[in-house]
Amino acid sequence: MNPLAEPNKWERLLWPMLASALLLVLWHYAVLWSGTKVLPSPLQVERGMLELLYKNVLWQDIGSSLRRVAIGFGAATALGIPLGLILGWYPAANQIVNPVMQILRPISPIAWIPVAIILFGVGDNAAVFLIFLGAFFPIVVACVNGVSNVPLFYRRAGRNFGLMPAQLLTRVVFPAALPQIIIGLRMALGIAWLVVVAAEMVAVDSGLGYLVIDARNSGKRYDLVVAAMITIGVVGLALDSGFRRLEAIKSIRWGFGK
Amino acid sequence: MSSGEVIISPPHMVGTKLQVENLNVIFTRDGKSTAVLQDINLEVSEGEFVCLVGPSGCGKSTLLNTLGGFLSPTSGTVSIDGEVVRGPDPRRIFVFQERGVFPWLTVEGNIGFGLFKLAHSERQVRIAHYVKMVGLGGFEDAYPSELSGGMKQRLEVARALAVNPDMLYLDEPFGALDSITRHTMRGELLRIWETERKTIVFVTHDIDEAVQLADRVVVMSARPAVIQQIVKIDIPHPRDISSPRYLELRDGILQQIGLAHKI
Repeated sequence: MNPLAEPNKWERLLWPMLASALLLVLWHYAVLWSGTKVLPSPLQVERGMLELLYKNVLWQDIGSSLRRVAIGFGAATALGIPLGLILGWYPAANQIVNPVMQILRPISPIAWIPVAIILFGVGDNAAVFLIFLGAFFPIVVACVNGVSNVPLFYRRAGRNFGLMPAQLLTRVVFPAALPQIIIGLRMALGIAWLVVVAAEMVAVDSGLGYLVIDARNSGKRYDLVVAAMITIGVVGLALDSGFRRLEAIKSIRWGFGK
Repeated sequence: MSSGEVIISPPHMVGTKLQVENLNVIFTRDGKSTAVLQDINLEVSEGEFVCLVGPSGCGKSTLLNTLGGFLSPTSGTVSIDGEVVRGPDPRRIFVFQERGVFPWLTVEGNIGFGLFKLAHSERQVRIAHYVKMVGLGGFEDAYPSELSGGMKQRLEVARALAVNPDMLYLDEPFGALDSITRHTMRGELLRIWETERKTIVFVTHDIDEAVQLADRVVVMSARPAVIQQIVKIDIPHPRDISSPRYLELRDGILQQIGLAHKI
């Protein structure tokens, strides 16, 4: 096979489907041959999935999880982008804030769970707060880097045409940094989706994370556990590919080498 | 010179446009200071086309950036129309290599970039005029990534001209282009200069380019740069680049820079 050859359209569909089918077959026979009573086979999971759909549980839980991500991620975007732009714009301010951020950033939002519960109690707000924390730092860091990587000649050109600092920020620096900001947002959304599941396992009684833990606790329904896991994967993938479409926008895609 | 040639009248050198007096620029890094420009004195007339040439790294670009107001002189002054330059100004536009166009804006968006103070209708008229002037008709909605290097360079020149500056500073504008495109671009630039009569300061490391374009060529030395010589190019446009006078002037400059013209 020529590694540089562009695969045909049907090949690009066929091989991934074949790989998935193979995985399902392996899974099926692994369950069968091992004789496990705990882990479900793909067919049991499918039946579990249908059960969840009929009971209208699945859509509700997807909705709850998405709503929490929308609020937490939205707040992180609304606060993170302006803060990141300002810190990138004033390197002196960044030098003051950066050490604190670099310490806070590697702390998993999961570690914040006790703090979140003290601050917000057990409930929606705690979950949203955790998502916010997970998404906020990557967004700020992407903005700071994006702004400081804007080539000098773009700024000079902007100043040359008589732009005031605020105009320079909105008309030159922001659009020039936007591709990098988009990458940061996409990363942050991925993290938000990871965190929502964890947060829902402890703080609330709805959402896909709750579905996983509830299916296990109430009757060890591992078929439902796996069905919920697969749903989490599919929704996460959909979110990410939706976000990738932003990269194709004409005023952004130059930053992606397209 | 053949008699059928159209001789374009020399630029109206009304008065002094740009005056550089005793200019020194010293860069300080890690406590070490390097003199880049040393005692530069230069006058450029209204409507004149001046090229700065010199060995690479000699400080031509530093001089141009100082003229443009992006760098402050360590001592001495740069003044335009008798007014000391204190920063960049839309009356004098700096043209970088073609990478200076904004990739997030269309051709129209780039040309209209500096026209934010104009009313919408007037802006559209200006944009249309300069799209046509630089031959980008049909590409109004294209993004720079869809243009060739030469088109991007023309776009940047159009963006500069659209704000109707008195002066253009061009920093090796054709340096990244292939030699055929570069050749066409020189012709285009001369055509535009002859219609718009801007005062142009043009930095290049290409001596042929300088002799083909300029009214005067300013030859600079290696760092710390001083002005070695100012050569007046007394050949009318369009210039015959195989004429004895052309070759004489070019070889004179090559010798001045210390390059033997035999390889």
